[in-house]
Amino acid sequence: MSNDVLAQLRQTFFEECDEQLAELETGLLQMQDGATDSETVNAVFRAVHSVKGGAGAFKLTTLVSFAHVFETALDEIRSDRLEAGPALMKAMLRASDVLADLVSAARNGDDVDEALWRGLADEIAGFCGKEKAPSPAAPVSASDPAPAAFAPQPMAFTPQPMAFTPQPMAFTPQPMAAPPAFTPQPMALPSLAPAPAAEDAKAGGALRILFRPRVELYEKANDAVVLLRELERLGAMTVTCDLSEAPLLDALDPHGAYLGFDIHIVTDRDEQAAREVFEFCEEDCDLVIRREAAPAAEAAAPAAHAAAAPDPAAILNALRPAPKDAPADPSAAAPAADPPAADKTAAKPADPARAAEEAAAQRAAATAAPATIRVDLDRVDRLINLVGELVINQAMLAQAVQGADGARDPAVSGGLDELDQLTREIQESVMAIRAQPLKPLFQRMSRIVREVADATGKKVRLVTEGEWTEVDKTVVERLADPLTHMIRNAIDHGLESPADRLAAGKPEEGVVRLSAAHRSGRVVIQISDDGAGVNRDKVRAIAIGKGLVAADAQLTESEIDNLIFLPGFSTTEKISAISGRGVGMDVVKRSIHALSGRIFLKSKRGHGSEFTLSLPLTLAVLDGMVVTVDGQTLVAPLSAIVETMSLDAGRLRAFGASNAVIADRDGFVPIIDTAAELGFRPHRRVVGGDKGVALLVESEGGGRSALVVDAIQDQRQVVIKSLETNYGRVPGVAAATILGDGRVALILDVDALVARARGAASEPLLAAAG
Amino acid sequence: MTQTVLTVDDSRTMRDMLRVTLEDSGYRVIQAADGLLGLEALKGEKPDVIVTDINMPNMDGFGFIEAVRRDSRLAGVPILVLTTESDAALKNRARAAGATGWITKPFEQTRLVDVVRRVAA
Repeated sequence: MSNDVLAQLRQTFFEECDEQLAELETGLLQMQDGATDSETVNAVFRAVHSVKGGAGAFKLTTLVSFAHVFETALDEIRSDRLEAGPALMKAMLRASDVLADLVSAARNGDDVDEALWRGLADEIAGFCGKEKAPSPAAPVSASDPAPAAFAPQPMAFTPQPMAFTPQPMAFTPQPMAAPPAFTPQPMALPSLAPAPAAEDAKAGGALRILFRPRVELYEKANDAVVLLRELERLGAMTVTCDLSEAPLLDALDPHGAYLGFDIHIVTDRDEQAAREVFEFCEEDCDLVIRREAAPAAEAAAPAAHAAAAPDPAAILNALRPAPKDAPADPSAAAPAADPPAADKTAAKPADPARAAEEAAAQRAAATAAPATIRVDLDRVDRLINLVGELVINQAMLAQAVQGADGARDPAVSGGLDELDQLTREIQESVMAIRAQPLKPLFQRMSRIVREVADATGKKVRLVTEGEWTEVDKTVVERLADPLTHMIRNAIDHGLESPADRLAAGKPEEGVVRLSAAHRSGRVVIQISDDGAGVNRDKVRAIAIGKGLVAADAQLTESEIDNLIFLPGFSTTEKISAISGRGVGMDVVKRSIHALSGRIFLKSKRGHGSEFTLSLPLTLAVLDGMVVTVDGQTLVAPLSAIVETMSLDAGRLRAFGASNAVIADRDGFVPIIDTAAELGFRPHRRVVGGDKGVALLVESEGGGRSALVVDAIQDQRQVVIKSLETNYGRVPGVAAATILGDGRVALILDVDALVARARGAASEPLLAAAG
Repeated sequence: MTQTVLTVDDSRTMRDMLRVTLEDSGYRVIQAADGLLGLEALKGEKPDVIVTDINMPNMDGFGFIEAVRRDSRLAGVPILVLTTESDAALKNRARAAGATGWITKPFEQTRLVDVVRRVAA
């Protein structure tokens, strides 16, 4: 196998590991919540088993060793020999974390400190009672190629280590051990010469094989013809078929076994070579293999051998299938190559596995596995880019046709409409390829919860909802850090200590809830806790202390809560190891913004806090409203626009020197002069009476504003082209796009615009905002 | 004539390894991810050899082997059990279900190809 192929397989293995680890964690969490059905336990077992199997193939011995202990315990549980109590489940969950760490170390080729897994492996082995983790005397490290000491599986069937290979030869009771239950022979076989001494084995000569298949041999799809073909590879072969048992045609059962074979092969290979051919069917046939010396040696063969080796034909008879209820006949039982371990596992009741199998078969009808293929992400990205170009091109074509005579031709305009529809559908389908469920991300959070809970001594339960909600892969990936930080915060800062909770009349165990849902074209993720909520007095004091806000500022509750997003704000007096890693909520907010997302916080003193993230489903396209502002064409994201309204003079009110508000259905909304905010005009113009349109937008925290633009041109889907990559960050501008006429239009960052306008309006109030 | 091998294994890594190894040796390979899908794959096919894992979701290797053996059209197809268990109890159970032979994971590529050749008619 070439190195390329190996590297590919290795990558597949690690990808699969990730999936198995996710399965593992899901299953373990279900077990922890009381799931005892065999399918759950089996799925957990399989996950570890698969990791171990693949790890063995890549000789990742540390991984194999740890997975083995883990798997053994799971096998005990699924066989009902071990109860999955809380202590064991806790250890299992930690083991899944360690397994993930070992996988990632193996992936990166890192050395693993044995301390990382040894203790836990011993602990889990302790639950199982008998099986101990590999003894310290035989440490298994990544550099140790032979974990044979306690993980015999990986090596067992590779040809080299004879010690562990259950070669039939070594263990099979020799035929002569059989009681001489001699019956009259139906076959007339030539008497066999005595076997030569072992040291003569290579000295030329032949193998003599007496072989009589039983029905079982054929039932297992072994075939005498195939076996003879294989034997022939050893040397020149002559076969005599014994038909004496064959009945007359009318009594012949087509599935019966009637033939015996007397085989003579001229070869210098030993009996072992022939025995290997019969490896799979030794128990399903009567078999005698004997080495015959070359004629010269035959004469000189010591008589002692004759005594030790009775006539094979007689043996063959002795080997005739005994009635099932006959007293144990050691040769009939013929445990070909059972390693000592067989005793332990043979006692295992087969029933649970069987029951699981039946349950699985029933379930399988309901849950047919979806057919999937794996595609390189680069290819999908290329496709997405191409579709983006297609969208632009289609818009340009439409525009060109509009200006030409063709526009009057219904066939042309109808065709264009169809093209528009198709383009949109292609685009949606391509986007769907990139969409991924949030589940893996949520699962990572459950590990964070465990770790932080352990570190803080708090009791925490993570409840997840909507983990199958799908989001663009890039969004999922870039959510990991902010989400981790918020979960840590929720436990470290949000939840009270168990004692405090009890004192407050709450259950000792705190709940952190992580939920996701699609809401009007965006995905909304909420992280809430049932802790103490934001201590507003403290937050306000800190913000004043740090000069983030004026001492006499009039702030609403929501404004105070959202102070924690300001750069340089940190509520913990002593920086804890968990949350205080120099990352504040301002960084979280910035990462969410970078995803074109919004974040806000709601909190109720004594009842907990709730962070809400609102994110776009994709970062590649956007439904936008194309508007004109001071002669420039701009795009406003449709998701931000609540409604549009005319600037009816009767609804406008001046507010201060240079500001105005417009009457909305339920109050007044501040007016923002878009052109002035973007610097198209030096001064704000107090609008009123003149033509123009107001885009009523909703920004972070739910506040409304009216963005004034000159005119609305169109509403359409635009392909987002990043300005940051191609030019640089521009405040108030989220990105750019290419319009149908080939011109570049800027996409407004509505939240930033609003914050900027409001920040300017209340400059003395929130010095740091904006 | 090119011989066909059906491999049934829930691990993608293992499926890929089997496919690469067997295709390198000139076999045509069809694959399935569990016993039920394996039976599905057999609807339009009669492979020369089947290689199956034991521990699988939906229908495990034992169930799969029994189902194949019950089907008179397929009863004569050799089935090799592929599993990390070297332990005799599983092997015996697989034999009782009708397995023709076995290969223990991780397999040597030459060993796999050799065993497949040995049981193929």
